Amino acid sequence: MNSHRHPVGGTINRGHSITFRFDGRTYSAYEGDTLASALLANGVRIVGRSFKYHRPRGIFGMGVEEPSSMVQLRSGPRSEPNVRATEVEVFDGLEAFSQHCWPSVNLDFGAVINFASPIFPSGFYYKTFMWPASKWMFYERFIRKAAGLGKSAIERDPDSYSKFYQFCDVLVVGAGPAGLSAALSAARAGATVVLVDENGQTGGRLNFDDAAVDGKPAQEWVYQSTEKLKLMPNVEVLCRTTAFGFYDQNLVGALERIADHQREPDGREDRQKLRMIRAKQVVLATGAIERSIPFSGNDKPGVMLASAVRGYANRFAVRCGKKAVVFTNNDSAYATVSALKSVGVTVAAVIDCRLASPGESALKHIGNTPLKQGFAISRVRGLRRVKSVEVSRFQDNGEVIGSAETLTCDLVCVSGGWTPTVHLFSHAQGKLNFDEEIGAFVPREQLGSVQVAGSANGSMSLGACLRQGYDAGSVSSMKAGHKSEQKAKVPQVDDSPETPMQLLWQVPKVRRGGAKRFVDIQNDVTVEDIELAFSEGYVSVEHLKRYTTLGMGTDQGRTSNINGLANLARLRETDIPSVGHTTFRPPYTPVSMGALAGGDFGTHLSPVRRTPLHDWHQSNRAEMQNSGIWKRPFFYVKTGEQVRDAIIRETRQVREKVGIVDVSTLGKIEVQGRDAAEFLERVYINRWKSLPVGRCRYGLMLREDGFVFDDGTTTRVAENEYYMTTTTANAGPVLEHLEFYAQTIWPELHVHLTSISDQWAGMALAGPDSRNVLGALIGESEAANENLPYMGYLAARIEGVAVRIFRVSFSGELGYEIHIPSKFAQQVWQAVLEAGQEWDIAPYGMEAMTVMRIEKGHVVAAELDGRTTAADLGFERMMKKDVDFVGKRLAERDALVSAGRKQLVGVVSLSGRPIPKGAQIVAEQDARPPATTKGHVTSSCYSPLMDKEIGLALIADGRQIYGKELYAASPLTGRTVPVEIAHHIFVDPKGERTRG
Amino acid sequence: MLLIPCPHCGERAQTEFTYRGDATVERPHAEDSAEKWYDYVYTRDNPRGEHTEWWHHTSGCRRWFKVRRNTWTHEILGSESANSDNNRE
Ligand SMILES: [Zn+2]
Repeated sequence: MNSHRHPVGGTINRGHSITFRFDGRTYSAYEGDTLASALLANGVRIVGRSFKYHRPRGIFGMGVEEPSSMVQLRSGPRSEPNVRATEVEVFDGLEAFSQHCWPSVNLDFGAVINFASPIFPSGFYYKTFMWPASKWMFYERFIRKAAGLGKSAIERDPDSYSKFYQFCDVLVVGAGPAGLSAALSAARAGATVVLVDENGQTGGRLNFDDAAVDGKPAQEWVYQSTEKLKLMPNVEVLCRTTAFGFYDQNLVGALERIADHQREPDGREDRQKLRMIRAKQVVLATGAIERSIPFSGNDKPGVMLASAVRGYANRFAVRCGKKAVVFTNNDSAYATVSALKSVGVTVAAVIDCRLASPGESALKHIGNTPLKQGFAISRVRGLRRVKSVEVSRFQDNGEVIGSAETLTCDLVCVSGGWTPTVHLFSHAQGKLNFDEEIGAFVPREQLGSVQVAGSANGSMSLGACLRQGYDAGSVSSMKAGHKSEQKAKVPQVDDSPETPMQLLWQVPKVRRGGAKRFVDIQNDVTVEDIELAFSEGYVSVEHLKRYTTLGMGTDQGRTSNINGLANLARLRETDIPSVGHTTFRPPYTPVSMGALAGGDFGTHLSPVRRTPLHDWHQSNRAEMQNSGIWKRPFFYVKTGEQVRDAIIRETRQVREKVGIVDVSTLGKIEVQGRDAAEFLERVYINRWKSLPVGRCRYGLMLREDGFVFDDGTTTRVAENEYYMTTTTANAGPVLEHLEFYAQTIWPELHVHLTSISDQWAGMALAGPDSRNVLGALIGESEAANENLPYMGYLAARIEGVAVRIFRVSFSGELGYEIHIPSKFAQQVWQAVLEAGQEWDIAPYGMEAMTVMRIEKGHVVAAELDGRTTAADLGFERMMKKDVDFVGKRLAERDALVSAGRKQLVGVVSLSGRPIPKGAQIVAEQDARPPATTKGHVTSSCYSPLMDKEIGLALIADGRQIYGKELYAASPLTGRTVPVEIAHHIFVDPKGERTRG
Repeated sequence: MLLIPCPHCGERAQTEFTYRGDATVERPHAEDSAEKWYDYVYTRDNPRGEHTEWWHHTSGCRRWFKVRRNTWTHEILGSESANSDNNRE
């Protein structure tokens, strides 16, 4: 049914055919196909366009190394750009689209750039579009459209993702021959083993090559080993799981693609799972990737990696062409000839740049196919796909000579050797050596807790992979504390000797001009680009990479990096180790944002905190508001009222009658011990030893740099016990700060700190009638001024519940704070409301509380912004002069006590218009940025009491300019309001109401 | 993510801890010079290699303790409690 599929062979399930769509056309495939194998089976040769020149691109590789066949997978909210067709397992109904082409893959507008490519050399973007800078925005739009890096879905991702932390003795990365062998030996020794592989099945290259293990087809060994491992209780085998990063202390990040091979996840299944695996020992059996050879026209669709062509034939029975030429510098590509023949592809010739004959087993693969030793492909002919190749004699000195012979073909299978996948080893800070024999960087040595085995270690033969895997498994299980009882046998394979490869980094052009020689076919970097960059002085490998964009594409240059380095080394007339390599950084392959976020998104990103009175607020028409992570009542809704009306009503309620507000969010810390008073003396700026039992005091804390940290009232509830309150937002930081001083600076002090924020709820009862209400609750004599004076404390009972009553006020009215064990909060709150009915009590919200604190000039986080000193806020007289406390010394430094500092003042709108929060205070009404400002507005509101728009501000030497007229300018909102500078306490400056 | 050896609780994930920096600096006396105080508050070495630093087991036992860590290799060389009677190498 597929035009390019051999009627027999492969491991695809021919009993189950599937239909899928590519660029709107319907095709058929078999279960077990990848999108790439299915497209090839249907004869689709051009699947995209390159990034810079928009040259036609076909399928080049067959796995993670694929540089060119990137597609947009799926449509709608699940649509994903830049997916490698070689890694997509086809499912029924799959939908994919080509990228980088507009209007279509075969008629590409941007290909004009290709014909104009002499004007698009490397560094072109830097040289042309970045100048003039003002035009960049214009150019960028054009470049983005033409480049088309795919499109991300706009809709919300319908899938769920999860994070998973996992621990094991031995983590084996890669389930090819080395990895399977390592997992088996480690598991047999009793170690807990996790085996991960990025592919849909175990086996690695054994799935694509025709090999034998213990005299049987290698596939059989893979199947049996995998089944054995799956049955062991100490082993977990995870396919479709890519280890993408190696982090400190053997923490490996792995992305499990649970449902990507399906149309959509089943039921409530996650789409992907991020596994953070902490392993005592890690075995890296990550394999190797075949690389290309730069020769003229080597990017045309139809030029493919020899290993990929072999894999498509063996595993999928797919013919990548009708007539092939194999071009190699090593023995491994010879097996491609027999694979091609087995699916009915003619092989015109094998072109081997070496003069020496290949090894015996290589020769067996080619039979009577013509072999041209000491030759190279000097040019590929064909406009949009391979039509023929020119073959020239290749000399030891790297030159090509003589008249070229032309061979007709539509497929070129190229092998430039194999590059070990050392990414994770490098993430683990492993150092690399350049191995001249294989022409690649290999691990220099095993690390203490990381073993590298097989091709990843530069040992390419199957026998070496199995042996090294076995050894790595035993060593790592032993290091993890498990010793093998019986010695298992390493499977036997027939590794006949190979002829050494010949390093070949580029084939020179036979004559000037002609097609480009590509190094990086995703980012369109050619040998000529590297030469240009070199001639312009980009001689460091890191500079070369950024200037030419070599290896910076989504494939990270897996098939091309080493060719780039080698050509730079050639130009610099030095060896490859002297050039070095660019740094390998995680992730090895892209990780979706969804998987990184896991369940931590939306409301799950941070917890929602509710006070013990939350339910009451909700059932009593409170409009709730977010205050940090807390939910707090903004105001209580009354039918027919606007927000502003409600706030005015609630402030009047407190100023004229009595109200209650939930203040449970305050931080509360119990400070206990015989040195508690001494401790407070050292962490607050004011005095504490003189505070008698049963009294409260307002306290201010500094940071050690002399700026204000936090404030709150603290009460001596017993001889050696204090009840400290902090601001809501600083509840955590203050505790941590106090613990640091108590544990590390003054460990000699006997003091114990306990957070009791959650154990205690709090409410403020405020207003002229608040004492009457309290009297009704605890008895008139108890509530009397003599018994509970201003800044006094009383332990009392309300409805039998032991409560703590503090005579403190935030609103500026006569007031109390009643703190209640959290689980009785609602009961007491309701008791207060009932007792207060006689005086027309009502609850009030955050906004009314804010209005009243601004009227009273109390500071909150807006003023305690980390840049204000105690003196700036008018608290200079509170500071002890004689004894040390945290922040004292630096608070005394010149910069913090000199004139010109911004001081807390009040501002009153002179136009009757609201004062913009955050507005800058300027002298001129028409000041435009950049202008010198005198300060800024920190808080503002409408004051019902004064019937004026007022605010608090920090203004340079503000306390010396009361009565002066300045302007509050807000460039953000375009509003400028004339204001008069005033004292920051607008209401009851002598405190007669609160003390009364 | 590092595993931090709390001297009181054992090895725990880094996310349970808060970092505070150099644990070798000593808070000066009140009468010490302004320069000394300035150094204490603002000046820190940024060594490439071994570093002794304060960590707080914020989501655990709430104890501050010292960790010896190599800032270059990220290797953790040991930890000790603030009053060094309960060490863990
Ligand atoms: Zn701990």
